[in-house]
Amino acid sequence: MTEPTTVAVLQVRDLVRHYRLPRESLFKSPGHVYALNGVSFDIQKGKSFGIVGESGCGKSTLARNVMALEETDAGSVKILGNEVVGLSFDQLRPLRRHFQMVFQDPYGSLDPHHDVGWIVAEPLAALGPITQEERARRVTEALESVGLKQRDAHKYPHEFSGGQRQRIAIARALITHPELIVADEAVSALDVSVQAQVLNLLKDLQDTFGVTFMFISHDLAVVEYLCDEVAVMYLGEIVEKGRTEDLFSAPAHPYTRILLDAVPKPGSGKKRDRIKLAGNVTGQTEQRSGCSFQDRCPMARDICKIDKPPLINVGPDHTAACHFSGELREKS
Amino acid sequence: MNSSTSLSFLARCRRSRSFMVGGVMTGFLLVCAAVSLFWTPGSAYDISIANRFLPPSSTHWLGTDQFGRDIVSMLMTGTQNSIAVAVVAVSIGLAVGVSLGLLAAARRGWTEELIMRFSDFSFAFPAILSAIMITAILGPGGVNSILAIGLYNIPVFARLVRGTANAIWTREFVMAARASGKDRFRITFEHIMPNILSIIIVQATILFAIAILAEAALSYLGLGTQPPHPSWGRMLNEAQALMFLDPWQAIYPGIAIATAVFGLNLLGDGLRDVLDPRLSRKR
Amino acid sequence: MPLLNVTGLSVTLSTADGAARAVRDMNFSLEKGETLGIVGESGCGKSITALALMGLLPERSETTGKIEFNGENLLQKPETEMCALRGNRMAMIFQEPMTSLNPVHTIGRQVMEPLRLHKNMTRAEAKAEAVRLLDRVGIPNPQERLGNYPHQLSGGQRQRVMIAMALSCSPDILIADEPTTALDVTIQDQILELIQSLVREEDMALILISHDLGVISENTDRIMVMYGGAAVETGPTETFFEALSHPYSQGLFAAMPKLGMGRTSRLMTIPGVVPDLINLPSGCTFTDRCPLATAECRNSAPPLRQLTAGHNVACYHLDKARTMKAEGLFA
Repeated sequence: MTEPTTVAVLQVRDLVRHYRLPRESLFKSPGHVYALNGVSFDIQKGKSFGIVGESGCGKSTLARNVMALEETDAGSVKILGNEVVGLSFDQLRPLRRHFQMVFQDPYGSLDPHHDVGWIVAEPLAALGPITQEERARRVTEALESVGLKQRDAHKYPHEFSGGQRQRIAIARALITHPELIVADEAVSALDVSVQAQVLNLLKDLQDTFGVTFMFISHDLAVVEYLCDEVAVMYLGEIVEKGRTEDLFSAPAHPYTRILLDAVPKPGSGKKRDRIKLAGNVTGQTEQRSGCSFQDRCPMARDICKIDKPPLINVGPDHTAACHFSGELREKS
Repeated sequence: MNSSTSLSFLARCRRSRSFMVGGVMTGFLLVCAAVSLFWTPGSAYDISIANRFLPPSSTHWLGTDQFGRDIVSMLMTGTQNSIAVAVVAVSIGLAVGVSLGLLAAARRGWTEELIMRFSDFSFAFPAILSAIMITAILGPGGVNSILAIGLYNIPVFARLVRGTANAIWTREFVMAARASGKDRFRITFEHIMPNILSIIIVQATILFAIAILAEAALSYLGLGTQPPHPSWGRMLNEAQALMFLDPWQAIYPGIAIATAVFGLNLLGDGLRDVLDPRLSRKR
Repeated sequence: MPLLNVTGLSVTLSTADGAARAVRDMNFSLEKGETLGIVGESGCGKSITALALMGLLPERSETTGKIEFNGENLLQKPETEMCALRGNRMAMIFQEPMTSLNPVHTIGRQVMEPLRLHKNMTRAEAKAEAVRLLDRVGIPNPQERLGNYPHQLSGGQRQRVMIAMALSCSPDILIADEPTTALDVTIQDQILELIQSLVREEDMALILISHDLGVISENTDRIMVMYGGAAVETGPTETFFEALSHPYSQGLFAAMPKLGMGRTSRLMTIPGVVPDLINLPSGCTFTDRCPLATAECRNSAPPLRQLTAGHNVACYHLDKARTMKAEGLFA
């Protein structure tokens, strides 16, 4: 870390993760799920970086690899300039105070057999021994920063509603004062009115503590509300990346356009003009030439089947992987 | 939110009928065993040919057997024996089986493969057959029968624990613990154990009943508890020859075994209701 | 005579902790070919309403009021007649296409079952009809798909199969309970489009239940907002969104992140949590979270009042709520 001001909180380079499928027959080589095929991005301090895409696009795999929760096949993940890929679990432990995670399911992510104080203090306890007073002080601090009370520490998860449980999960992530919080679909399971409360809480936490978010979601409106930058993933690749306002107002990849169009808009009436997407996500288990989106793309031409479009600049801080991104941006 | 509405542990115990009935039956046996340690109405050991085949009376509540021993006293001392054998045998199974199951779930890979294949292997032999085999090799006797039954319990616990622990390992809170930097050993103790404890307790109760049954069977075959120690199984064996002379002698130990097995099974069922968080906690 | 006429429908579920008043005094009607959207958060009673219509409520529940379907009160019908009705005249699709299909039977068998049951078709007839239905809901190679098991299909395709089964006896009413919640947006788009075109072509009535105001807005003629087991606002969908009136409707709309809103504005939030159905407040159920609540609201539940034709709202302080708007109410 020679120049701390320029070091990104998170730097991901060419991350690759392929899962081996169980062998179907003794004589065939086992297949693979190509979950991540070379993903690269940086997140600067204090920013929110959104990752959107449909199920099976590799966004949860990305979260697990950034959090060093499973073996990475290739590539690099640097947190505050420290390489985490290749470190052993024990070597990683002291680094973990810098990056914490919030999970999707507010019912599944809290162990029902421990009280809230224990749950919230878990990341601290994992780092090393800590005195009772210090623990209690930090738990109270974390609980209060998410709008819960000190006495809640003695209650059990089942005494809380879904929204409150998600606050507990956020308090747990905050307790080590991390630089980076990875949130995997952290508000998807919540009701609308509660979701708004949690989203505003995340915004406030960022303003107060300057924490950096990697925010994974399938909900584009939520990402637009919370994130400074967005990356759109399809089949384990980033197909478009840019500042939220640029990307949402002038998408340069047809998949982004289609995703934006598919979001139902309240009060917009029944008829909307939009490009529709046929078929399902296919091709997770094969590697082939050309664009990953060719099967479902309404703009696909011959070149898309042969040449894989690279991520190129289409504007300031805005990259897209499409042969026809210029054409698409003109239209919008 | 609903702490006032969720039932307390005791209230749930009282609501489960099988827990109450099973608990009373099991409790009765425990009391019999405890009392027999320092007092029995007659003697379970003293042979007195003059008093053989006495009918029930105020001194011999259920009469005496062909050697003049007091049947109530023998039953009570036999309870002691059955419970001791079952406790030790189930403990062996618990200690070794649970550890192996937890290890298999935590380590996965070839460790799991090895432990599970070992379990499969021991499951391939019927329980009572392997117990007979073990006592045949080591020789008959109380200690060896305990060992035989305990060995049989190991794979039962190992399989159960590994299966349920694997399910807990996939839960998000375990992922959260890993993300905090806790290693597999610590997660096993702090998250996996508390979450499978109720299942282990229920299984232990049921295996306790099976152990009592197995001990009776081994003693009946002459491989378990040796004379002069009274045992339900051997009482059955001795009564068999006198089936037409004094059928009651076979019925008493039969009732004792049935009470123990039935009571423990009820208790196990009841515990399942009482400990199952899905019934006690509203989501 | 409307196709479906629900008057004074109330459902009480008995739970371990006491009686939960899941649905209270619901009134609505549905014409042939009409689409009604029911929107609300979890525990508002929208799914219980749907189950009550289908006669599929759990044993330990009590239903009062009237559900008139083609003039007959369904609540007085014996179970055998309801069985004949379900899946025949009324069909329902659920949120989880994985769990509503039986994993051990083939798709073909499951699609053919209602055909053979309700229409007394022979095996061959049922098979031909199943192929036609699967093709109708946009499943490629339907002939081959008949032999597939549910796990071999994607989530979207499973939901299509569910729709094919619901359609098999050309029902008069289709009830869709969160049919796309488990699906990706692009697949949601396809499924909703399919439901729309089927409803139009078969002239069915549709009750679409969702937590998503966007889904309801784009797919229904009329909307009903439920809160704490009761309808708080009903009206034609367009009018509803033009003139959001009930404080809860306004709050719900304002709390929802909407595309194009940007990051500068802040989402409104409704304070507090949804009410406990076992200990409901005696008056308006929204009292605890409503900034306008007065003693009147606490003591007696406001009746639905007509605002414009077909647009009814249950609130004592409607004028105030409409002038203050969400910004004034929940800022």
